[in-house]
Amino acid sequence: MVGKVAQCVYSPIYRLDALRQVYAGRVVLDIDRLEVRPGEILALVGPSGAGKSTLLRLLNFLEAPAGGTITFLGQTIADGRAPLPLRRQVTTVFQRPVLQQATVRDNIGYGLRLRGQPTDGVVEQMIARVGLTALACQPARGLSGGEIQRVALARALVIRPTVLLLDEPTANLDPYNVGLIEEIIRSHNAEHGTTIVLVTHNVFQARRLAHRAGLLLAGRLVELADAETFFTAPADPRTAAFVRGDMIY
Amino acid sequence: MNEIFAGLIEAVRLIAGGDSELFEIIALSLRVSGIALLISTASGAPIGVALGLTRTRAHGLITALLYTGMGLPPVVVGLFVYLMLSRSGPLGWLGWLFTPNAMIVAQTIIAWPLVTGLTMTAVRAVDPALRVQVRALGATMLQELWAVVCEARIGVVAAIVAAFGGIISEVGAVMLVGGNIAGKTRVLTTAIVLNTRQGEFTLAIALGIILLALTFAANVVLLRLQGNR
Repeated sequence: MVGKVAQCVYSPIYRLDALRQVYAGRVVLDIDRLEVRPGEILALVGPSGAGKSTLLRLLNFLEAPAGGTITFLGQTIADGRAPLPLRRQVTTVFQRPVLQQATVRDNIGYGLRLRGQPTDGVVEQMIARVGLTALACQPARGLSGGEIQRVALARALVIRPTVLLLDEPTANLDPYNVGLIEEIIRSHNAEHGTTIVLVTHNVFQARRLAHRAGLLLAGRLVELADAETFFTAPADPRTAAFVRGDMIY
Repeated sequence: MNEIFAGLIEAVRLIAGGDSELFEIIALSLRVSGIALLISTASGAPIGVALGLTRTRAHGLITALLYTGMGLPPVVVGLFVYLMLSRSGPLGWLGWLFTPNAMIVAQTIIAWPLVTGLTMTAVRAVDPALRVQVRALGATMLQELWAVVCEARIGVVAAIVAAFGGIISEVGAVMLVGGNIAGKTRVLTTAIVLNTRQGEFTLAIALGIILLALTFAANVVLLRLQGNR
């Protein structure tokens, strides 16, 4: 009964059914079912090669799955080809974002220009939000790793996506930038209700940010639970091992 | 050394004096090379972009052909165009031999592989992750391609600069198909050859200096397009 009530109170942003991806004959992702709830921060943790980044590419419709369907905002897509208006509801911040040969300001406004939307004001606000006002007119390619990641995050947030996908957004960054980026993610989620799917192998970060968390292992979703349960009383021994840091990978 | 200095003074004198023959030669040089560059850029750059973005089975062969084309000796191109346009050639009916049109054809053949091949290389050098990144930000296919071209713009402009440098300074092809006819097909390079043969070294050097200055000015314009100020 409780389950039924829970299913009625929201329509999932994403519903994945029997989603599979195969590279060179090797199954890299095989998820029976996964739902992403509106407004949540869902963290998917797992070791390298678990299929986390592949899942994000599928969620951003950057590639076609080998099998299964993704239902996004009520529309079921089987071939990875989402209509443009739907595709523009979601964006990704990659682990190694690529910035264009342009200023910080132009990079951050890029997504808005793609949509034919004005950049005045909102871009400046976003530049200030990520603490890059002093560097707004600088070439983006000359920035440090942390600054590049903040530009990439600002470029994604300024378009106000319904879903933000984060692929190891703070890997190899210093504690200052990690803290700043986590704070921006958390506050943006709270203020705008943006649904966020975060993939990371950093259990501590997942614990700090997530409402729900799941473990991906060898392309399979081992366990998915609310953050408290996932990190303190996981049902699966592999989750417990990963959370404790005992899992060798 | 004195001849070079004298040539420099002669160059200034010719320009300041408004020598009509000189300006005619400069105008024809720019017209022939400019039109050839325009045709090769308009047709070669899009093909270079397409080749840079796609990978086919024939890719290796196409690359090898283009790179060979980049090293085409102008005099061989001139000979080929001469044979095609000569009265007994397949295109003899056009009546273009010893006209600026023949010179434009020859220079287009020289410039085209340079523009196409170097554009292809520039586009291929763009980080493939850029396409994924802009698609993830909501770009359409056209916007995605444009983003790649914008990233490759330095290389594309370099291709155009290289092609312009190659054709404005070549002499073999224009000499063969143009004939270096005064007032009709004489350009700066053929005029330099003529004056050198006649022992008019000062005038030849003056024309050489003007050619260098023109090339420099044209490259400055192209580099401004590239964004290097």
